[in-house]
Amino acid sequence: MELLLAIAIMALGALVLGAALGYASIKFKVEGNPLVEKIEGILPQTQCGQCGYPGCKPYAEAIAKGEADINLCPPGGMEGVQKLADLLGREVKPLDAEEKPKQVAIIDEQTCIGCTLCIQACPVDAIVGAAKQMHTIVAPLCTGCELCLPPCPVECIRMEPVGENIDNWKWKYPVVAIKAAPLPASDTPTGGAGGIKEAA
Amino acid sequence: MSISLFKFKGGVKPPTHKSESTGLPIARAPLPSRLIVPLHQSIGGMPRPVVQAGDKVLKGQLIGEADGWMSAAVHAPTSGTVRAVAMHAQPHPSGLDALCVVIEPDGRDEWIAREPFDYKSLRPEEVRERLQQSGVVGLGGAVFPTHGKLTASKTVPMDELVINGAECEPFITCDDLLMRERAEEVVRGIGIFRDLLQPKKVLIGIEDNKPEAAAAMRAAVDALNEPYLVVQVPTLYPAGGAKQLIRVLTGKEVPASKRSTDLGVQCFNVATAYTAWRAFAHGEPVISRLVTVSGDVRAPRNYEVLIGTPMEELLKLAQPHPDTDGIIMGGPMMGFLVPDPQAPVVKATNCLIAHCERLFPPKAPEMPCIRCGACAQACPHELQPFELYWFARAKNFGKTQEYNIFDCIECGCCSFVCPSRIPLVQYFRFAKSEIWTREREKNAAEGAKARFEFKQLRDEREKAEKAEKLAKAAAAQAAKKAAEAAAAATAEGGAREAATPAAEIAAVVPQVAAVDAEKAAKMATIQAAIERAKAQREAAQPKNTEALKASQQREIEEIEARRQAANLTDPGEPATAAPASEKAE
Repeated sequence: MELLLAIAIMALGALVLGAALGYASIKFKVEGNPLVEKIEGILPQTQCGQCGYPGCKPYAEAIAKGEADINLCPPGGMEGVQKLADLLGREVKPLDAEEKPKQVAIIDEQTCIGCTLCIQACPVDAIVGAAKQMHTIVAPLCTGCELCLPPCPVECIRMEPVGENIDNWKWKYPVVAIKAAPLPASDTPTGGAGGIKEAA
Repeated sequence: MSISLFKFKGGVKPPTHKSESTGLPIARAPLPSRLIVPLHQSIGGMPRPVVQAGDKVLKGQLIGEADGWMSAAVHAPTSGTVRAVAMHAQPHPSGLDALCVVIEPDGRDEWIAREPFDYKSLRPEEVRERLQQSGVVGLGGAVFPTHGKLTASKTVPMDELVINGAECEPFITCDDLLMRERAEEVVRGIGIFRDLLQPKKVLIGIEDNKPEAAAAMRAAVDALNEPYLVVQVPTLYPAGGAKQLIRVLTGKEVPASKRSTDLGVQCFNVATAYTAWRAFAHGEPVISRLVTVSGDVRAPRNYEVLIGTPMEELLKLAQPHPDTDGIIMGGPMMGFLVPDPQAPVVKATNCLIAHCERLFPPKAPEMPCIRCGACAQACPHELQPFELYWFARAKNFGKTQEYNIFDCIECGCCSFVCPSRIPLVQYFRFAKSEIWTREREKNAAEGAKARFEFKQLRDEREKAEKAEKLAKAAAAQAAKKAAEAAAAATAEGGAREAATPAAEIAAVVPQVAAVDAEKAAKMATIQAAIERAKAQREAAQPKNTEALKASQQREIEEIEARRQAANLTDPGEPATAAPASEKAE
């Protein structure tokens, strides 16, 4: 009798908890794949397609499914690979392409014939212009994806690396001086490329 | 009249080095060989240049127009010729270039027509507008556009207006001398701020190592019969920080997430009040400021310097010693070594210190942190610099934010007391700029993503619209054919039978036409075609149903009945054709 009671209690418990879990899975159903969103958050959103997928989201989906490697995104660089590896618990791999500095496209307005082909190619709407009117690039919106280069019939678009200016300048990682620092008020660091590379 | 003062945590007492430069009165620096006026001199938007190379400008003429509300205008400091509007080295730790207007003085120093205004006759928004047009910005060092701080909060009553004459950093004495020599104009300038903000009290805070300045200010306040309170605060670095001075004078602690106005306090520097008064009483925009030139020089002194004067030329006036090897802009605690001595004096330049190893002996190498906690005791914002250092060093930026790195005002107290001589502030600056960069990149990526998704959506929509247009054309074609077919069928009297194939044709043709279109578009097309065919059919029906004979009518009814039985007709359709024809007509 006691044995049966115990079984009954356990069975009842299982039922109640099962019902609660079932309810929760319907009530708190997560739409979409949160992993894809997290991966997409790491990708640089240049939409350049250099990974072989048509945009950052398809690449994120492919990574989530395990179809794509994590080292295919050149604009994301090694830092991006590192972050993806941390997120997914995968091995860090060297980037499958050359890492380039951030670039911006520039239209030579003298040569532009106003064909609108680059406007159609730009994935992030960073080019303004109309048919037979000169086009120009809205530099702050340009992601440097280079997708506007091939369609241009007169090759008037070139890529230029974004230089350092006062607005995007960063304080460097303080470098521990090997010999005594030359100036105490040289609270201005002398550069820290070496320091920045190691560890993230 | 006196008030009880409060204390802020921490703080340090570095040697003040102030007496060197207070011995001589303010001197007017002579016209330099050229003036390099940076356009971006205040927080906020980048003013647009309104002059070109070759233009003649007069002293006080507008050369940079304020860009938006959060920006202040820039003016020509003397009369002369614009040589260039070009990139030039900036007084910035990076030594990078920014857009400047280079003016060659003509030596006449000829003013543009100045219009003095009585600010009392203007509405508050006009006063703010005029301050912006005159380029009045916070001269304490933050160069925040002053008009942006002069709107009284609608929800919080303004309790105290704090005027900052503390000037806590070593070497710097420009505010001290300003108060000693031009106290009256400072006090009149405070009146403008007071009238706009309507505070209950006005407190002028001056460190107690400046008794002459405090006496001069008291005399001016009394002479003008103003109810301001001149308060001498204990000398303790960084008492001149806005939040620290507010704490000392009012006891209010401004939380990280709020501004002082949320607590009913606003704070201005004495030099800002002075320039505001000049802007109204004399119609003079901000084209010069007081700069302390001190350090390794023979004749340390305060100069009234035109904005844009190359630092090297200014330093020469004070006769630097031969061992001078650099220029520090600002004080020794928060200032930085100017990478290019050709960089100009800007509105933020309160002090130039000639640097030499005798005054600033090189620091011994950094040692490991021993977690003694001296930095935490010295921090005026009650942060834990040793923790911040640890995380900044490990580039664990999330953690630095958890430890409130953005509350750090980079005053340098922690570096000053660190027994291991760790350049803590450098680590914090590094971490802050990394966080800002990441934030910027994240925002850019989000924007790019949103635009990409919108573009995709737009492409889809355009495709669908195109397909629909094509389908419509095809349907019209099909309808025409159907009408012909129906007309042909009239002669045989078998209109119903003809109508059905017509509908089929109408449905098939668009399907072929829009073969590459989206499925949804296809369905819509078919639907549209069916509708059209139906309409066509109804329009065609009367032609062969008018003037029916009784036998024909019976025949039709029989056919209809058969069709009904075979489930060929639409159940919603009327069984007889005659009422439909009446409706159609």
